[in-house]
Amino acid sequence: MFEGVPLHWFLITGTIMFFVGVYGFLVRKNLITILMSTELILNSVNINFVAFNKILYPDHLEGMFFSIFIIAVAAAEASVAIAIIINIYRRLVNIDVENMDEMKY
Amino acid sequence: MTINQLMFAIFSAIIIVFSIMTVTSRRILRSATYLLFVLVATAGLYFLLRFNFLAAIQLTLYAGGIVVLIIFSILLTSHIAEKLESPGLMKRIPAKLVAAGGALIAIVTILQHEFPMEVAGDASRTDIREIARSLISTEKFGYALPFEVISVLLLAAMVGAIILAKKRKD
Repeated sequence: MFEGVPLHWFLITGTIMFFVGVYGFLVRKNLITILMSTELILNSVNINFVAFNKILYPDHLEGMFFSIFIIAVAAAEASVAIAIIINIYRRLVNIDVENMDEMKY
Repeated sequence: MTINQLMFAIFSAIIIVFSIMTVTSRRILRSATYLLFVLVATAGLYFLLRFNFLAAIQLTLYAGGIVVLIIFSILLTSHIAEKLESPGLMKRIPAKLVAAGGALIAIVTILQHEFPMEVAGDASRTDIREIARSLISTEKFGYALPFEVISVLLLAAMVGAIILAKKRKD
């Protein structure tokens, strides 16, 4: 309980966001929309981390540091993924996953 | 209903509605804009939990950095007027089943678990000095090693992105 807001509410919000991201990851074809679904998944995990941190262990800061590191990894991942997507666009002129069946040539 | 509960309800409604619109919208640029709304509402949740520093990081890095990067790449790789074709029924139904089933199992498990109601400790604020000290400390609850590793990771990602995206000579 954090000033009237139970921990469950945060966890349920995070869960719904996570599985919406999983749904998007499964149905989308465009690589950039798949990347956006991944961002949703990473973000939902961050909500859980900070909610656990603040509500169960208010003296500690582990959850917040995990979230910071997850955000940094997400930034690195997004930049490399977008470089790859632009490279693929140059070779194949569209970025649907179905056209990508070769790794290099 | 207290003001905190009200704010939580608003933020989580924004998060849920716009994340569903992110994965279902057929115009890709709108989809990126809805993602921006989701990320800003998440920053609102962090403010609600009094993690001001983390909320600032969320706003600058996620909402300011990653979404702009995604919008750039959308503009580079697709036409504005283009609509994505909607996924076929045979693809949508199994994905919906997986997502709904997973969410149901997770929510039931969460609701059945008893979390401790009263915990010791002062939850009122997070001191920025404490965060800075933990990030460079090598003692218990110090994060000097992950901090260094993440800086090497960011450097590697930067070099990798430049090499991948630059034009080949051949």
